[in-house]
Amino acid sequence: MTSSYDPTRDVPRPARWEVLYRSSGPFWDGVASGKLLLQRCASCARWLTPPRPMCPGCQSREHEWVQSTGRGTVHSFATYRHAPHPAFPAPHSVVLVELEEGPRLVSSLVGIAPENIAVGQAVEVVFTHAADDFTLFQFKPAA
Amino acid sequence: MLDEYRTKSYQAHLRPAVDENLIKDNVAIIGIGQTAFSRNSQRDELDLACEAIKNAVDDAGLSISDIDGLEALTLDRVSMPTLIGSLGIPNLRFTSEVSFGGGGACATVMHAAAAVATGLADYVVCYRSLNEASGHRYGRGDGYAEYLSKAPTLHYGYYFPYGFLTPLAWAGMYARRWMHEYGIKLDNTGWYSLVLREYAQKNPNAIFYGKPMTYQDYLDAPMIVEPLRLFDCCVDTDGAVALVVTTADRARDAKQSPAYIMAAAQSIPIETEIQTSYNRPIVSGLPETWYVGQELYRISGLGPGDIDVAELYDPFSFGGIIQLEELGFCGRGEGVDFCEGGDRIRVDGELPLNTAGGLLSEAYIHGFNLIAEAVRQLRGTATSQVAGAETALVTAGPGLPTSGLILRK
Repeated sequence: MTSSYDPTRDVPRPARWEVLYRSSGPFWDGVASGKLLLQRCASCARWLTPPRPMCPGCQSREHEWVQSTGRGTVHSFATYRHAPHPAFPAPHSVVLVELEEGPRLVSSLVGIAPENIAVGQAVEVVFTHAADDFTLFQFKPAA
Repeated sequence: MLDEYRTKSYQAHLRPAVDENLIKDNVAIIGIGQTAFSRNSQRDELDLACEAIKNAVDDAGLSISDIDGLEALTLDRVSMPTLIGSLGIPNLRFTSEVSFGGGGACATVMHAAAAVATGLADYVVCYRSLNEASGHRYGRGDGYAEYLSKAPTLHYGYYFPYGFLTPLAWAGMYARRWMHEYGIKLDNTGWYSLVLREYAQKNPNAIFYGKPMTYQDYLDAPMIVEPLRLFDCCVDTDGAVALVVTTADRARDAKQSPAYIMAAAQSIPIETEIQTSYNRPIVSGLPETWYVGQELYRISGLGPGDIDVAELYDPFSFGGIIQLEELGFCGRGEGVDFCEGGDRIRVDGELPLNTAGGLLSEAYIHGFNLIAEAVRQLRGTATSQVAGAETALVTAGPGLPTSGLILRK
């Protein structure tokens, strides 16, 4: 994080909570290396999204990180007609992608205008170097 | 996950016995007070809180020195000791705060009720004071991003890098899915907002008093976050509301007709996030509202058909409409049809709804103004009075840990 970073002006950085919620670290480390990693319970195979230390299904603390295919569909979306923040000029769409594995992730789409986004649309992950200090996962319409 | 909700099979026998519920019929709201609602109070939140609380205490026929408990939302920024020092409460014996934004509104009354029912306090005041319009607007994304850098709320950290920064967009995500699943057309959704605006025309305290709206006005207003237009959104407000809670025994001596609590409930279903619960089996619904409704009906012994007036927390029109579905006033996906033409939710309809104008057209005091309106309905003093109203259902913020009340005359 650069010293000039200003969350009221610049794209907000992915949050890492080393004290409170350390489980987010491996997820963002994966994104930084071009992988979309999903956390899965090693005991009962339940997907844990967002990542967490204990499985709510069986209370196991053992888990594994599984690379997603990155393929999914648009489950829902919302389009800002007024910019919510200087870093996101309108129109700006946010999508909820349901991955083939099941978990849903909030993200954004590249390569498509907001008015052409539709629920059910097939998408696949891309990785975007968003700033000097971080990478984001986004999605594009599937080939 | 959420099996009861998915299959609509509430397991009542697994819940605490109703005849052991110390709140049911044993606690009442005996005082309501508020400030003027405005877009710019030019006063501080401490001052607003003091005025609303004093008004509520006067309304109850009490003195400030009778108050021995205070109950607020964690969102409230006024320091309680400072407030006590200004009000002149000699020795506060009970205090707690409820989290989860507007979802905690009815829970403040529930916690106050628990305190008086168990003898921890005699008279507890629940209050909310905010300069939401002129001070710190929740709808502004840059403010949220700054908050994130310090906030201990896990899920937002995954969403903010995508500019997913404001409650309206979070709600829009639910709304879009709901429209998709039930084939709801964007231009058909305005009746809810329209009827609430009609109620506001009878309520001189409403922000939108004297500002009627036609269906065309609704359609012509700008889209803020598609699929939500300007008048699908609540109205940023400066103001405060306070409520006095005590036991039914003490309520008998009150100056006003008491509004008895038949049931009070909270719910946090699994996989709940603060307004962004997108990894539940159903994105198009509000399980927390369904659970609260089921628990309120179980405790009170009433059903949807027994509710004379409903005051539903509606930060956005769709949030109110989906609650109609989750509370059993209509089936899932039928909320827009239920509101079509407006007659069912008008004052002489089958479910008079948000009769002071709701959060969309009266004021956004985090739902405390809805509780006050429910009390007025049961007293018979509302500006749009429902004839013979004996029961009122009130909810708190949808799409996050929430709460609710059923009150009776």
